Amino acid sequence: MNLQSNDFELFGVPVQFSQDRLALDARWKELQHQAHPDKFAAQGASAQRVAMQWSVRINEAYQRLKHPLKRASYLCELNGVPIHAETNTAMPPAFLMQQMEWREALDEAKTIDDLDQIAAMSRQTMHEQLSKVEQLLDIDHNFTAAAQQVRGLMFTERFASEVDARIDQLGQ
Amino acid sequence: MALLQISEPGQAPDPHQRRIAVGIDLGTTHSLVASVRSGVAECLPDNEGRVILPSVVRYLDAERRQIGFDALAAQVEDPRNTISSVKRLMGRGIDDIGNRSQLPYQLNDKPGMVTLLTVAGEKSPVEVSAEILATLRFRAEDTFDDDIYGAVITVPAYFDDAQRQATKDAAQLAGLNVLRLINEPTAAAIAYGLDNASEGVYAIYDLGGGTFDISILRLSQGVFEVVATGGDSALGGDDYDRALVDWILAKAGLAVETLTPSDQAALHSAARACKEALSVAEVVPFSCRLAKASVTFEMKAADFEAATAHLTQRTLTAVRKALRDAQLGKEAIDGVVLVGGSTRMPQVRKAVGSFFGREPLTNLNPDEVVALGAAISANQLAGNNTGADLLLLDVIPLSLGIETMGGLVERIVPRNQTIPTAMAQDFTTYQDGQTALALHVVQGERDLVADCRSLARFELRGIPPMAAGAARIRVTFTVDADGLLSVNAREEGSGVESRIDVKPSYGLSDDDIARMLQESFSTAQQDMQARALAEARLDADRMLLATRSALAADASLLSASEQADIDQLMVALADIRSTGDAATIEAATQALAKGTEAFAAERMNHGIQQALAGKNIAAL
Repeated sequence: MNLQSNDFELFGVPVQFSQDRLALDARWKELQHQAHPDKFAAQGASAQRVAMQWSVRINEAYQRLKHPLKRASYLCELNGVPIHAETNTAMPPAFLMQQMEWREALDEAKTIDDLDQIAAMSRQTMHEQLSKVEQLLDIDHNFTAAAQQVRGLMFTERFASEVDARIDQLGQ
Repeated sequence: MALLQISEPGQAPDPHQRRIAVGIDLGTTHSLVASVRSGVAECLPDNEGRVILPSVVRYLDAERRQIGFDALAAQVEDPRNTISSVKRLMGRGIDDIGNRSQLPYQLNDKPGMVTLLTVAGEKSPVEVSAEILATLRFRAEDTFDDDIYGAVITVPAYFDDAQRQATKDAAQLAGLNVLRLINEPTAAAIAYGLDNASEGVYAIYDLGGGTFDISILRLSQGVFEVVATGGDSALGGDDYDRALVDWILAKAGLAVETLTPSDQAALHSAARACKEALSVAEVVPFSCRLAKASVTFEMKAADFEAATAHLTQRTLTAVRKALRDAQLGKEAIDGVVLVGGSTRMPQVRKAVGSFFGREPLTNLNPDEVVALGAAISANQLAGNNTGADLLLLDVIPLSLGIETMGGLVERIVPRNQTIPTAMAQDFTTYQDGQTALALHVVQGERDLVADCRSLARFELRGIPPMAAGAARIRVTFTVDADGLLSVNAREEGSGVESRIDVKPSYGLSDDDIARMLQESFSTAQQDMQARALAEARLDADRMLLATRSALAADASLLSASEQADIDQLMVALADIRSTGDAATIEAATQALAKGTEAFAAERMNHGIQQALAGKNIAAL
């Protein structure tokens, strides 16, 4: 194992979408216990530099592994199907229609209750999309279809964070 | 004042000796220094038995100054040269400073950070803070009759990069080896967590003299994981004093413009005394003599509470935001800890208690708890065997980004990201044939550059001419464990590279620091050369000690020839350490550092691999 090992190898977990979040958290802390620069504060600048590299790498892997959408993108990429979200924006018409309806609902939302409803709806959709991703990645091993699903999820996630931002504004 | 001690040439300090490490709480209104002695963290008192040092510096003339209680006592008499609450000016430009008109100082607008015009000339807030830090350093040296190996300095969690860098500069200027900057609420959590053997999710509400922080931490088996942090780096007890002054002026029918600087200072200290008295009484007499009038009446706690309710509300807004960032509800919080002298105000305790629906913890002295936690952390970072295996996983409080076309901010590191971290984003050119790229690094949550704090500007030059949009420039932000940023930009096609350690725009260069060190009263009485030599030797000893312990543990990772190379560098350094001057000792220390880099990397790999192996066996 080294700095170039993939996230799953680094954390010593199976290379698959389904992960135990509590195990990831515990593993993260365990690895940081070994590598954090503070553990080498009294051992000179070179040890500090190396520790920093490791510690950064471990945090990077943890961020990607614990976040379902990032983990799914990463798995597609590891299997030769990069997401290319910026250039590949083709989406099924039904999906685009639904997105437009959501945005209209968001524009018309006035109260926290309205927004909470929209937030619940987008969370529900994300949940369903993620189960499909899990099926495609871990059982069907269809990475091309999974990548398409991930691209759709990115829209849903962006929408959900816009809803959260609106709730934040109203909550101030 | 203790002089630096230099041991006899050739006589190395005992490698088993405990290293003296201190924690310093550099506060807005007062500062403290603490250290772990016989296994217990305690604040160090001055020779009159007082642990608190008022964060006040008075310049008497070009040479002389008073620091602490003496300076505090002169505030009314000499307001212009008596600098208090300087923490609010750290890393701040003139436009960042709220209610400037109420400050009795002559501020000078300088790029990045204001300066103060005093009888001793122009002083940067960094220099003023360094006076306070040096006073605490001398106190610690006197206490132990020995040199200080290093210090942990605390900063508000919500301090941005410029404020952190300014604090680190001040510590360096005071001749301190900074082991780490840690966030005040995290330090408080360490002191509390270790004291109470706590586990679970804690909210640390830290209202100091000039800053407010809220941190949500998860404590488990010695790991202090900051889940989210928030706050306001310009909101504290000072603002409650000022709100009280405003209320009093309105009640007495006086206009601010009619007051002299001495009047303002007098009103301010009377208001502060009144606030403190209201912590234990419902009604207190208020009395203040001004140049043209005198103000006397009975102050009621309820009126004070009403006059400051908007400030307390502001803190709760930040608390809500931090909980949202942590994706936790109030009910998920296992305990609420109050830190900072301003949490003695009954209205604050009441508001926090009713917000969380539970009685906040206050069993440690809110003035001392931050310094105590910093001391525990310093003791461990210095490599003293503490038994407790602490790990701090802190976050960055404010998002970091780059200015893009149209004055918009592209966020590269989002707030509440665990540090250390490195994150990258690709950018491209705007025009055909563009060969340079101007990068503007900003920090803040707003979408417009104008609403964020500008941290640094630098340029990437020498990009080969290409069509607009063809170049691929990868900008990498690296934030270290202190929360300090460095930025690297690289054109991926040609490999042209440029990097900058974000020294905020006020940019105290290393030369500036060297000059200030020369001029500084705190160090002028010492022979600079002797000091440089002593420090070079101390560094050499640290490096030798570190290498020896690394070899003792893991020499098996080295081939015979690799070990021989390292041995040779060690012999050379040990030799030069006793005979050479500062510069040659530094060079030999550097050589050893460089020569052991690969070994250090190998050791780290080994450590991590072992950790992984242990887990896999457990999993089987």
